[in-house]
Amino acid sequence: MIFITGILREERIMNNAVNKVQGSAGMKKIGWRRVFAGTRVLKPNKERINSPFRVILEKEIADQVRSWRFIVLIAIIALTTLGSLYTALNNISTAIKPDDPTGSFIFLKLFTITDGTLPSFIVFVSFLGPLLGIGLGFDAVNSEQNGGTLSRLLAQPIHRDYIINAKFLAALTVISVMFFSLVFLVMGIGIIATGIPPTPEEFVRIVFFTLLTIVYVAFWLNMSIWFSVRFRQPATSALMGISIWIFFTVFYPLIINLVIKAINNPAYHGNPDYQVFLEKLRLGLMRFAPNVLFSEATSTLMMPSVRSLGPLTMEQMLGAIPGPLPLGQSILLIWPEVTALTAATVLCFVLAYVPFMRREIRSR
Amino acid sequence: MAENVIQISGLTKKYGEFTAVDHLDLSVEKGEIFGLLGPNGAGKSTTILMILGLTEPDEGTVRVSGIDSISKPVEVKKIVGYLPEDVGFYDRYSGLENLAFTGRLNGMTETEAIKKAKLLLKRVGLEENSEKKTGNYSRGMRQRLGLADVLIKDPEVIILDEPILGLDPYGVKEFLEMIAGLSREEGITVLFSSHHLYQVQQVCDRVGLFVRGKLLADGDINTLSRKLFGSSPYLVEVGIPVQVAGDPDKLKNMTRVLLDVEGVLTVEEKDNKLYVECSHEVTADISRAIVRSGFELIYLNKREYGLDDIYYRYFEGGADHE
Repeated sequence: MIFITGILREERIMNNAVNKVQGSAGMKKIGWRRVFAGTRVLKPNKERINSPFRVILEKEIADQVRSWRFIVLIAIIALTTLGSLYTALNNISTAIKPDDPTGSFIFLKLFTITDGTLPSFIVFVSFLGPLLGIGLGFDAVNSEQNGGTLSRLLAQPIHRDYIINAKFLAALTVISVMFFSLVFLVMGIGIIATGIPPTPEEFVRIVFFTLLTIVYVAFWLNMSIWFSVRFRQPATSALMGISIWIFFTVFYPLIINLVIKAINNPAYHGNPDYQVFLEKLRLGLMRFAPNVLFSEATSTLMMPSVRSLGPLTMEQMLGAIPGPLPLGQSILLIWPEVTALTAATVLCFVLAYVPFMRREIRSR
Repeated sequence: MAENVIQISGLTKKYGEFTAVDHLDLSVEKGEIFGLLGPNGAGKSTTILMILGLTEPDEGTVRVSGIDSISKPVEVKKIVGYLPEDVGFYDRYSGLENLAFTGRLNGMTETEAIKKAKLLLKRVGLEENSEKKTGNYSRGMRQRLGLADVLIKDPEVIILDEPILGLDPYGVKEFLEMIAGLSREEGITVLFSSHHLYQVQQVCDRVGLFVRGKLLADGDINTLSRKLFGSSPYLVEVGIPVQVAGDPDKLKNMTRVLLDVEGVLTVEEKDNKLYVECSHEVTADISRAIVRSGFELIYLNKREYGLDDIYYRYFEGGADHE
C-alpha cells in the first residue's frame, strides 16, 4: 500500500516537472539551465524558508558541481578508476592462487591488484585524492574576497563562520558523493564482470575504505582552505597546496632515507636490535606524511593478510599461521593512522577557521 | 527631537599605534541622508564597519535602532543594508540570481525572493539585464545592482561606502537621485561616505566632516559654513578696474570705500581682485558704494561657501593643529 501511494506521488511529481519543463520550453529557448531550473520544482524547497546556512550550502554545492575544475577532476579520477579496474579484471584470474590464504577476499582484489602497467585503485586514490582536495578548496575564501563578494555576504544577517563551514561542508559533500558513487560503480562492474558478489565483510571493508578516503581528501581540502584564508592570491594558495603534496610524495621519503643513511653506523651492523631501531625510526619519521598514513591504513583494510605495519622479526613470525586478519583486528591495527589523519584534518580546519573569524574584512 | 537611528558614542578603533577612529560621537536621525565626508584614510570605512558589527571597536558603543552592533551584529544586519566600496557579485550568476540569493539569505522563500528581485531590478533600471551574467555588467550597472541588493531586505537604514566612486557624471547624478528618492519615499535613513563634495552637497540633509578619525563638524551646509567661517559667511569678489590696478593710493581709497559699507568686515587684495567678507548679504550696497565714489564697477561676484571651501578651510585649520 505504501508502495502504491509512493509510486502515485512520484508520478504526480514527475508530471508536474514535465509540465513545468514544457511550459518554460514554450516561453523561450530551452537552455540546459532552464530545464534544470524546471526540474527543481521536484523539491518543495522553493516555497520554504531555509536557514541562511542551508542557502549558502546549496549554493556552494551547486558552484562546485557546475565548475569546470570539478568536471575535469572527476573525469581524471573516473578514467583512472576505469583503467585500474580494467587491469584488475584482466589479471584477477592469475592473481588468485589455490593455496592463497586470502583467497576468500577475491572481491577486494579488484581494488588492489595490478599487472605493473597501471597502479591499482587504492594507489590511484592516494595519489589523486590530494589533487582533488586542493582543487576544490584552494580559492574558497580568497576568490570571494577578491571578487568583492565576501563583504557583501558578511553584511547579510548571517554568522561569519557559516561561510567557511558551508565551504568546507559543500566540498566534503561533493567528495563523499563522488567517492561513494565511484566505489559502488567499481563494485557493480566487478559483480557483473566476475559474477562473484562481495561478502558482507568485504562490503564493510570497502565502505570503511571509502570513509577513510573521504577523511584523507578532507585533510587536503582543509589545508587548501587554510591557504585560501592565508594567501590573498588563489595562485599562491594553489601552489602552496601542490608543493606540499609533492613534497610529501616525492621529497619527504628521499630526505628520510638520507637521514637514516647518515645516522647508520656500520659498527653496529651485526646488532639486530640496532637494525630494528633504525627501521622503527624510519617508519616513525615517515608517518609524519599524511600519504604514508593513508596508504598504510588502506592497504591494511583492503589486504586482510597485512598483519603488522612495523618491522617483524623472524621470532615473531615463527609459528604464525598465514591467514587474513578479521575486520576488527585490521581496524585496530590502523586505529593510530586513522586518529592521526582525523587530527590533522581538524587541525587544518582550526588553522583556517580562527584567522578567518578574527580577520577584518574590507572590500577587495 | 527626532528619533536617532544611528547613535555612536565614544567610538575608538586602533590599529597598533595608529588610531583610525578617535572617540567619535555621531547620531543620525530617522529618515535623513547623512554624508560622511573626508579624505582617504580618514576612518570613514572603519566607522562603517563598526556600525555593522564587522569590526570590533576598542572603545565606545554603536547602536542602530537601539540594537547594540557589537553584541548583536546579526540583528543589526537584518535592518541595515550595506553596499561596500567596489561591490562584487558572483560573476557566473545573473543579476536576478544574485539578488535572489541575497533575498534567501534574509529569510525569504525562493519564489518570494525572485519576485522581489524582479521588482527591484525594474526599480533600479536593470530590468533588461536581469538575465545577464553579472560578470558582463558595467561599473554603473554593478552599482545599481548593489543598490537593489541592499534594498531586497527592506532595510531601515542603508549604508553606502563610496557609492559614486568610479561612476561617470551622469551615473553619479542618477544614482544619487535614486538614493534621495528612496529616502524621501520610504523614510529610509541613509548614511554614505564620499570624498566627492559637490555631489554630496546636492543630496545630503546633513554632512559630517571626518579627518584623522575625528568628526570635526557636522550639520547642514549652512550650519557648517556658519560654524567654520564664524561671523563672515558671505564673500564678494570685486574686480579691480585698470585705473586703480597700478596705483596703491587709489587702491587704498577703494578699500576704504568698501570698508565703509555697513556689514563689510574685511577687504583683501589677491589676484587682481578684492575679496570682501561680509556678515550678511550686502552685494547691492557694495556696488552702489563703488559707483557713487567714482570707481568703475567692472566685475562683482557673490560667492557662497560650498563644501569645497569648507573642506579646504578645514585642511588649512587641520594643518595648524599639528
